[in-house]
Amino acid sequence: MSTMIKYVAKELKVVGTRPLRPDAVDKVTGRARYGADYALPGQLIGKVLRSPHAHARIRSIDTSAAQALPGVKAVVTREDFADMPVEYAAVGELVVNFRDVTRNMMAREKVLYDGHPVAAVVATSESIAREALRLIKVDYEVLPHVIDVVEAMQPDAPLLHEDQYTIGVTPKPDRPSNIAKRIEFVRGDLEAGFRRADLIVEREFNTKPVHQGYIEPQACLASYTEDGQAELWTSTQGHFVFRAQCAKVLQMDVAKIRVTPTEIGGGFGGKNNIYNEPLAIALSRKSHRPVKMVMTRDEVFRATGPTSGANVKVKIGCTRDGRITAAQAELNFQAGAFGGSSVPMASMCAFTRYDLDNVRVIGNDVTVNRPKVAAYRAPGAPIAAFGVESVIDEMAKRLAIDPIEFRLRNAAKEGTQTYYGPKLGRIGYIETLEKARAHPHYNAPLGPNQGRGVASGFWFNIGSETSASLNVNEDGTISLMLGIIDVAGGSRAAMAMMVAEEFGIAADKVRPIVADTSSLGFNFITAGSRGTFAGGMACVAAARQAIEKLRQRVAQIREVPLGHVVWKDGRAQPAEGSATSFSPMSLAEIASVAGKTGGSIAGHAEINAQGAGPGFGVHIVDVEVDRQTGLTRILRYTVVQDVGKAIHPAYVEGQFQGGAVQGIGWALNEEYVYGPDGIQQNPGFLDYRVPVASDVPFIDTVIVEVPNPNHPYGVRGCGEVPIISPMAAIANAIENAIGVRLCEQPMSPPRVLKAIEDALPGKAKV
Amino acid sequence: MGKHHVTTTVNGDAVEFLCETQQTLLDVLRDELRLTGTKEGCSTGDCGACSVTLDGRLVCSCLVLAVEAQGRSIETIEGMAAGENLHVLQRKFLEHAALQCGICTPGVLIAARSLLERNPNPSEQEVRYWLAGNLCRCTGYHKIIEAVLDAAREMRGV
Repeated sequence: MSTMIKYVAKELKVVGTRPLRPDAVDKVTGRARYGADYALPGQLIGKVLRSPHAHARIRSIDTSAAQALPGVKAVVTREDFADMPVEYAAVGELVVNFRDVTRNMMAREKVLYDGHPVAAVVATSESIAREALRLIKVDYEVLPHVIDVVEAMQPDAPLLHEDQYTIGVTPKPDRPSNIAKRIEFVRGDLEAGFRRADLIVEREFNTKPVHQGYIEPQACLASYTEDGQAELWTSTQGHFVFRAQCAKVLQMDVAKIRVTPTEIGGGFGGKNNIYNEPLAIALSRKSHRPVKMVMTRDEVFRATGPTSGANVKVKIGCTRDGRITAAQAELNFQAGAFGGSSVPMASMCAFTRYDLDNVRVIGNDVTVNRPKVAAYRAPGAPIAAFGVESVIDEMAKRLAIDPIEFRLRNAAKEGTQTYYGPKLGRIGYIETLEKARAHPHYNAPLGPNQGRGVASGFWFNIGSETSASLNVNEDGTISLMLGIIDVAGGSRAAMAMMVAEEFGIAADKVRPIVADTSSLGFNFITAGSRGTFAGGMACVAAARQAIEKLRQRVAQIREVPLGHVVWKDGRAQPAEGSATSFSPMSLAEIASVAGKTGGSIAGHAEINAQGAGPGFGVHIVDVEVDRQTGLTRILRYTVVQDVGKAIHPAYVEGQFQGGAVQGIGWALNEEYVYGPDGIQQNPGFLDYRVPVASDVPFIDTVIVEVPNPNHPYGVRGCGEVPIISPMAAIANAIENAIGVRLCEQPMSPPRVLKAIEDALPGKAKV
Repeated sequence: MGKHHVTTTVNGDAVEFLCETQQTLLDVLRDELRLTGTKEGCSTGDCGACSVTLDGRLVCSCLVLAVEAQGRSIETIEGMAAGENLHVLQRKFLEHAALQCGICTPGVLIAARSLLERNPNPSEQEVRYWLAGNLCRCTGYHKIIEAVLDAAREMRGV
């Protein structure tokens, strides 16, 4: 049973305006409280001992000296946590296996990456906790390791999991492999499609792992009481999912854990997973004191997040007039230490923008000695798009067809059959391409060593379990409780605005909060750009339930039939054309007498939102490449995207701009650098260089609004699509500038210089 | 080892605290004085989230030892507004939607105020380079730069 609320076009008073967001003043004054800002009386500080090896068997752990240090109140290791059987659960776009969750939060038989937790201590001060870590003796048997995805797929590669047999291969393989899972999507007759092609382009791409790079490190505070209850404050994208996972791995009742989400200092998918939370609860249980755990930036890089590094092979064939006849891709994704990368989503996204008859996509999910990957904004899609949109660009160029025109000739539209399952509903890809082509940026002049690139992106967007509750206060204002974490984009503001629109009151008369896990029914994590879509739907359902009660009260007060009372412009009024006449009552008037007419008035909704509308974006970028240094400078950037409906346009623009710049970082600078020892060499913002203000220009935005028919305000979601296109768009722009195609990410100065060198006449292609 | 006794001024108030030798000014602001508006993003001086001013000079408080605060004057985000009147920069950040998650916002605001004190009429490029020490992962900087330029205009009275 799922919920959809149909889109109805209507005149809007609040939706589409730009009011002050409810969390803004707290954020400019330093009042907003993030994970590390919480404190409890008597709290202790917890720290984690992490593996210094990429791959090693743990022979023994001796914590006696640490436990004997004055000020140390408890130590936990693998002995303090139950082993978990294989059992899968959804976390954001990715799926986790509890057997792996329990091993990722605390190593058991082996450490599988540099930074893998081995023990945790809690002490009266941070300096004592750090000293205690130094006193823990771990006896390791160091094993050979593997980082690169292609190397890890070889039969003789060092094995992370001796009991891992590739899923998705029949018959079942007779020997274990680092390939955790193989997936395949097939539609039509690929060979016949390639035979019909006049032009076939085949290219191979490689990308490095990159981190979500949220500025707030993971932080939590846990308090476990003697009657077996736990309270947890944490910076999370999904407090209900964190509660469920902590309950599972700590073998506690769900009702005994209350999770209060703190303000979150960025997530981008990286705060979908538990790390320190179960350790903090376990340490609190053992020490009988509240326990605070805050990661350092080094820990964030070494043990949380990142996205996959990948190897991508793309082959596309098309006719002389630019119609794609066949498309094939192989996506090999690093999963990190445990299976479960975003390769399924990447595989489904790879060609979904185009209306194709013949497609084959193979995806491999490969375990390597790196931290377990987490979702990162449209997980996997940017990597697949880097390959596919680069090849599309090359084909358009070789056929002398404008790249947007090439895409239009193949563009997916309503009714297009995807190769992974559903037919696409009403989508706005064509409208988005046309808006991009019409933008002045697209035909602006370019100088020497400058080039322009375009690329497009597709993301599903999702709905899922969501709840919301609102109370009509005695003065007619609304208190709104949300179960959706506002991961920064302003979903709190957007949801309050939709509620205000429903009631016919000003946006600032609705005060939203993100409620804790004990106040509302289950909410899935904020992922898949679902916050404003699903949360908005739940809020509208809750508002409509409350409005129904308001009408009932007025029918009762005015002694008229319910059917004669309508809600319009913030008031209960006589229905148009009805025989009854009565003086209208405002929300405030009804609220002021609610106590005497049956008690306070509330509305709530617990739904499984369905009908998410896919989002499409097109990016245009101008670059200038310095042939001497290999430096690529972004000169101009335009994002065009269909969001269905922009509830708060300023924050939709913010998503476009932020996603584009994150993508620019991914394209040009960001990468995990490993030494031959499998240790990350750049676990800090000095050497892992995210874009700074002086790296980028203003990012122009064009909001396209093709309403999603399955949302009351037409919302599709907008947060993830903006990061899909930058890598490919920039690669295409570099090619346009200097005639050299970059197939390796990041397109950093050394790689650009090497590509220029390799392309010199007489130089053998590598 | 014994702790150090430090006397200093924070946002105009006389303040005393005890600290360990290795504690940073950021540690003390956040953990001892409970002024948690100043944020920790990296503790290595690379992200700017902990920006404060020390005797009027913009610093990363994670790179200043707490004992160095002795006899100095520190300004943090908590002292930026004057009573109910937000600083122009704070107001412009609201008007321009120049924040999202907000974890970088206090540091950006402190750094931007420091720029406008020195250069009341910065170019876009000067704002971008001045704020290059303050990482923001959400906004792409666009609305931040617009807000700072607009605040500068208003403060110049044009």
